[in-house]
Amino acid sequence: MSYGFVQLSYIVATALFVFALHWMNTPATARRGVFAGVAGMTLAVLATWAEPVVVHHGWIIVALLAGVVVGVPLSRVPLTAVPQRTALSHAFGGLAAGLVGTAKYYLWLGEGPENLTAFRMVAIIVEIILGFLTFTGSLMAAGKLQEVKWIPQRPVTYPLQNVTNLALLAIAAVTGAALVVNPTAAWAPAVFPVIIVLALLFGVLLIIPIGGADMPTVIAILNAYAGLSAVAMGFVLDNKLLITAGALDGSSGLILAVIMCKAMNRSFANVLFGAFGQVQQAKASTEDKVYKAESIEGAGQVLEQSNLVVVIPGYGMAVAQAQHKVRELYDQLKKRGIAVKFAIHPVAGRMPGHMNVLLAEADIPYTDLVEMDEINPDMPQVDVALVVGANDVVNPAARSEKSSPIYGMPIIDADKARTVFAIKRSKNPGFAGIDNALYFSDKTWMLFGDAKNVIGELVKQLSGGSGLH
Amino acid sequence: MTPTEAAAAAPAADFWGQLFVFVLASFIGLGVIRRVSRLLHTPLMSITNAISAIAIVGSIIVTGADYPPVIRLLGGVALFASMTNIVSGFLITDRMLKMFKTDTKPRDGGRP
Repeated sequence: MSYGFVQLSYIVATALFVFALHWMNTPATARRGVFAGVAGMTLAVLATWAEPVVVHHGWIIVALLAGVVVGVPLSRVPLTAVPQRTALSHAFGGLAAGLVGTAKYYLWLGEGPENLTAFRMVAIIVEIILGFLTFTGSLMAAGKLQEVKWIPQRPVTYPLQNVTNLALLAIAAVTGAALVVNPTAAWAPAVFPVIIVLALLFGVLLIIPIGGADMPTVIAILNAYAGLSAVAMGFVLDNKLLITAGALDGSSGLILAVIMCKAMNRSFANVLFGAFGQVQQAKASTEDKVYKAESIEGAGQVLEQSNLVVVIPGYGMAVAQAQHKVRELYDQLKKRGIAVKFAIHPVAGRMPGHMNVLLAEADIPYTDLVEMDEINPDMPQVDVALVVGANDVVNPAARSEKSSPIYGMPIIDADKARTVFAIKRSKNPGFAGIDNALYFSDKTWMLFGDAKNVIGELVKQLSGGSGLH
Repeated sequence: MTPTEAAAAAPAADFWGQLFVFVLASFIGLGVIRRVSRLLHTPLMSITNAISAIAIVGSIIVTGADYPPVIRLLGGVALFASMTNIVSGFLITDRMLKMFKTDTKPRDGGRP
């Protein structure tokens, strides 16, 4: 297969990838994007496989089949587990980049030291540092999201944590620089693995101090790293398709991370080095306030008499697997001619867009899913705001209390609705450990219990008179 | 020093050309992704993930070329990791996108 043919296929594949992302701009065309992506990928793989330099086929076939065997079940996980799967795939992406970088270095060291130019060496070092830190960092993130027992869920902090982490990274960078200058020195092959180990360690230490509420940002940042490690691989292999596809992935991760940070009113540095969990422990003590509990019957009656209901879902809805019950409630209200909207906060859940996917899975039309910025002006006209497993994203302290750790974070103005029902599992504070003034507001009524059960009871209450069941 | 001469003679790794491609591709990425529907940020992440597994083309060369077995083994593991991302990434993206509907008929029971 000629060089020109391969390059041509790569150009077509690049165009298909750009179209794939372009078609994601609306759900109506998004599935076309998947087909474009698959087509581009298939073309690129076949063109590469047909290159004359590829002479052994056995291992390729085995690895491809193994990838299918592992990949298919990974695509069938429940949608509540999508954040973990995503983190895991960033880990695989980082691993692939790290391994190819390592392979190329030792290959050229043995068979063509003249290839180890300063530029290539910089690219290789960047590739392995980014690749391996993304590998362990994403594994840690996946473990935290999956709530694996031996990985602490709460942020782990210790004195001089940031200094230690940055020192590690600095040592890796300096060692890398030494290799760039002397890529073929006698000590070089022994020092190369040191960088790998440092990067692996740095990835673990980077994620240890990060708590669950920060996961959407962290996943987006790891996404950007995985993309950039692919770019570095493209520089190493002189492959423009890799550079382009990696840049697309990297910019996607960057944009998502920026959106997540804005939605929390925090900076990158603050998420990565801020150890959010620390601040709140000092804050959790406030004077005793009283919740007003409401019965299912009472809540049902108020819901029946409203014209506009806004449901505000949070991670708690995913944990309780309540989205299908929410859909039944949606149907019951719709049947009575009541308008129902869902107010989605950008950081609700454990990854960008998490709530939208869960609600779409429950067959709720995406036209009823409304962004925070669009719903907030309408909140004063809302009869009932139903908070399902959300906490910090509806906490009015973010608007008013300068001392609050979440001060300045944009929130959904649930407190402006005429009545608020908040479903809460227990009387303990939420994930961030911050008291929520919304729960003590005059117009707020608490529905205590598991979100799935509470909404199930509400549905029963509402359907009781209609004779449908 | 010979390495410099050798580098000049080696199959030209066009540094500036690559950087050019990287910068332009990043701008295209920022432009295209800024317009992606906020509803679809989860599927966006899974599809960009699958697309960046294009790293598979590098792994194919390393695994399939006439290199020492240890090198090819590293490539093989990378190839497996990339293929896993491609398969699971595209499949789960499509699975999620299928769920986004404009109009759905009310159901009167729970989910089967």
